[in-house]
Amino acid sequence: MPSIAENILNSAGRKARSISRDIHDASKIINDIFFWSFLSPLKGKPLRFRASINEMVKAGYNSVPIVAVISFFIGIILAFQAAYQLKRVGALIYVANLVGVSITRELGPIMTAIIVSGRSGSAFAAEIGSMKAAEEVDALISMGINPVRFIVVPKLIALMIMVPALTIFSDFIGILGGFVLSVTILEMHPVNYFLQTVNALLVKDVMTGLIKAWAFGIVITTVGAYQGFKVTGGAEEVGRRTTAAVVASIFLVIVFDLFFTTMFYYFT
Amino acid sequence: MENAIQVSGLVAHYGEREILKDISFFIPKGMTTVILGGSGCGKSTLLKHLIGLLKPTQGQININGKNIAVLNENELNEVRKKMGILFQGAALLNSMTIADNVALPMREHTRLEETTIQIMVRMKLDLVGLSGFEEFYPSQLSGGMKKRAGLARAIALDPELLFFDEPSAGLDPITAAGLDELILKLRNVFKMTIIVVTHELPSVFTIADYVIMLDAGEVIFSGTLDALRASVHPRIKMFLERQPEQETYSPEDYFKIIAGE
Repeated sequence: MPSIAENILNSAGRKARSISRDIHDASKIINDIFFWSFLSPLKGKPLRFRASINEMVKAGYNSVPIVAVISFFIGIILAFQAAYQLKRVGALIYVANLVGVSITRELGPIMTAIIVSGRSGSAFAAEIGSMKAAEEVDALISMGINPVRFIVVPKLIALMIMVPALTIFSDFIGILGGFVLSVTILEMHPVNYFLQTVNALLVKDVMTGLIKAWAFGIVITTVGAYQGFKVTGGAEEVGRRTTAAVVASIFLVIVFDLFFTTMFYYFT
Repeated sequence: MENAIQVSGLVAHYGEREILKDISFFIPKGMTTVILGGSGCGKSTLLKHLIGLLKPTQGQININGKNIAVLNENELNEVRKKMGILFQGAALLNSMTIADNVALPMREHTRLEETTIQIMVRMKLDLVGLSGFEEFYPSQLSGGMKKRAGLARAIALDPELLFFDEPSAGLDPITAAGLDELILKLRNVFKMTIIVVTHELPSVFTIADYVIMLDAGEVIFSGTLDALRASVHPRIKMFLERQPEQETYSPEDYFKIIAGE
């Protein structure tokens, strides 16, 4: 019989081994993704543009309605909340500043990233996972085609372009939401509100939001691909990995958001 | 007899479990070799090693004089261009049409004109009897048709080596016989070296020139079909005569098993 100490060491060792395997798998996939997206095109291996455009339509264009509705509501909610405080000090016009700045700097990118995580991050994990379960990934390898280049890179290119693009759209619709509420229920003058927003916003605010959005696109693709390629069994595991992909990508999006926001606070 | 593949001292593990136990054999060129064995004997694992999807723990796999166990990914891809594989479930890419699936290896590995590729795709599909299905998606085809389409993709680059993983699994006898006929045609007309992993006996007796039999991770037979029929090895006889595994434990042992001791 192993002693208690031995048992503890055993289970710690087993945990450590599985963690180290996870780290190895994750770093391998990150390495592969970056190699096939950024280095191999320089060596004359072309990217799959048609597949990328296809992915852009699926991940970007098709999520326009949901991004629009959510951003519009967020804009209204923000304007309400800002007005609740600001009208007590008679500074209702500053609703425009608050809505504009918080949407472009924070809520536009993060809401977009969360929607894209839910739509595309899960779809990536499910698609790659079921390809793995159906031996399609093996088939690609055996044809001498790298599965990361073939499946993941078009998705990465799509999200690197579409998450910032959706963010711009979301910024615009969010500000519009705040505007609609302010000129109707809060009875502000439209021109005043518009000018106040334009004066409040700096190019920097929009740019930092877009840089974040670009990074979120990479995070969502990488997590989806990692979970998808981890599938070894059948349909049940595909479901489990899909859920894990959504949870992990939302978590990592927020972690990266914290990191970037801290950086921008000190360095811009 | 010239060899297409030479395997020596191959040991393979899945985690801690030893699947292939130091096996050695060769596969003759220009013939159809069947790798035979019951479920769980390691034949699918062996196939994955032969096509370079898994790396062995030990041993050599020589294909055309190159040991693929030590090649890096780029060198391995060069070897893979001369191989075609039909997977058990055909493994067609579901997001692409049949024509695009068959064209995929040509588009990736050759610099042929698109019009030439189109003609070649139609030739390959005609060869497997799927003319007119170019614009169908894999989900719109039956199991047998999917396998034929998978075969068309496997022979897209006119490989020297063609692997089949359980070609008749899940097919009705007529469709399976049709696939066997195709395998014979490919060997006779195109002189390909064909390796078939299966446990379907009727199919074995139709297509095999040379048989390798695996049991519990070891090679228990390699030779011609006639030698297989004449073999007196008890496991081979059981397999060919479809006898069930004998009850090997005594009533006392059985009691211990169900009591969980």
